[in-house]
Amino acid sequence: MDFLKLFGKSEKKSKNVAKDRLKLVLVNDRSNVSPRFLEMVKSDIIKVISEYMIVDEEAIDIKITKTRSSSEDATVSALIANIPIKEIKANYND
Amino acid sequence: MGEVIVVTSGKGGVGKTTTTSNIGIGLAMLGKSVVIVDADIGLRNLDVVMGLENRIVYDIVDVVEDNCRIKQALIKDKKFDHLFLLPAAQTKDKDAIAPEQMKNLSDELKGMFDYVIIDCPAGIEQGFKNAIVGADRALVVTTPEISAVRDADRIIGLLEANGLNSPKLIINRIKQDMVNRGDMMNIDDIIDILAIDLIGVVPDDEAIVISTNRGEPVIIEGKSMAGQAYLNISKRIMGEDVPLLNLDIEEGLISKLRKLFFGK
Repeated sequence: MDFLKLFGKSEKKSKNVAKDRLKLVLVNDRSNVSPRFLEMVKSDIIKVISEYMIVDEEAIDIKITKTRSSSEDATVSALIANIPIKEIKANYND
Repeated sequence: MGEVIVVTSGKGGVGKTTTTSNIGIGLAMLGKSVVIVDADIGLRNLDVVMGLENRIVYDIVDVVEDNCRIKQALIKDKKFDHLFLLPAAQTKDKDAIAPEQMKNLSDELKGMFDYVIIDCPAGIEQGFKNAIVGADRALVVTTPEISAVRDADRIIGLLEANGLNSPKLIINRIKQDMVNRGDMMNIDDIIDILAIDLIGVVPDDEAIVISTNRGEPVIIEGKSMAGQAYLNISKRIMGEDVPLLNLDIEEGLISKLRKLFFGK
């Protein structure tokens, strides 16, 4: 990548821009749930998890996405949550 | 008993009608009896693409309304004796046919032909629902554009919700030079996003425009890349295992030269 930058080609390929934009827009298209619904899920997950660990609430990323299931030839919806942990609470960590 | 295959896309203008006509002819060339059905009521086009526009007497709405027998409405192709077109009505609207009528029609045609290929209208409304109601399997056409892929994703969801599981993908109008530059999504990018099986890739080809101008689908002449791609798709529909075309013409030339000089 740095090598390409030398020649002034640091600009992202337009097909990758398209792919990234598509992925984002499809997350919403596919989920069929409102942003409010996801916010409610998110706040409840935080409530449960913060019993055990301190998480970075700002950085939590929750989405519903469609993936191909490995066992059968069909697509399934999955709830994917990326929750960065700041610290595991000591009293549960024996 | 034949099989009903619907060709759909969501977005308009990605090549559903061109795909339907070429696959229909492809299957006929491979010896099958085929009827292609224009389900785009009010926006009839399969007739002009096939070059059969001057032969229409009755249409699909006449058939479901019992104004004529089904055989009276079927138009025999100019070149292939066992290929027929059932044209759409041009002056009615999409509500002229109810889903049950379309289901009955599909079942009846299935009894008469090896393959019934339905050209679905763009959109997700009544016309789409009618086109898919009698289908056994579905082909989804997309182009490597963000809007077409998005709509294809929506259509795949709707097909699966209606029991048409594992539709197959046709990627149309790939421009290999743009793909090589990184300015067009490639086959893997699109499959990665849509997560369905590929049944064919058709390159962007001027031969399509020329052949459509003449009303003779590109597959007939057979030399063009697009024509070969459609023939391969027809073979895959019949269950044959055909490798994807090499769209990289430059690479093809180099390897030809290499073969010439190094014999490999």
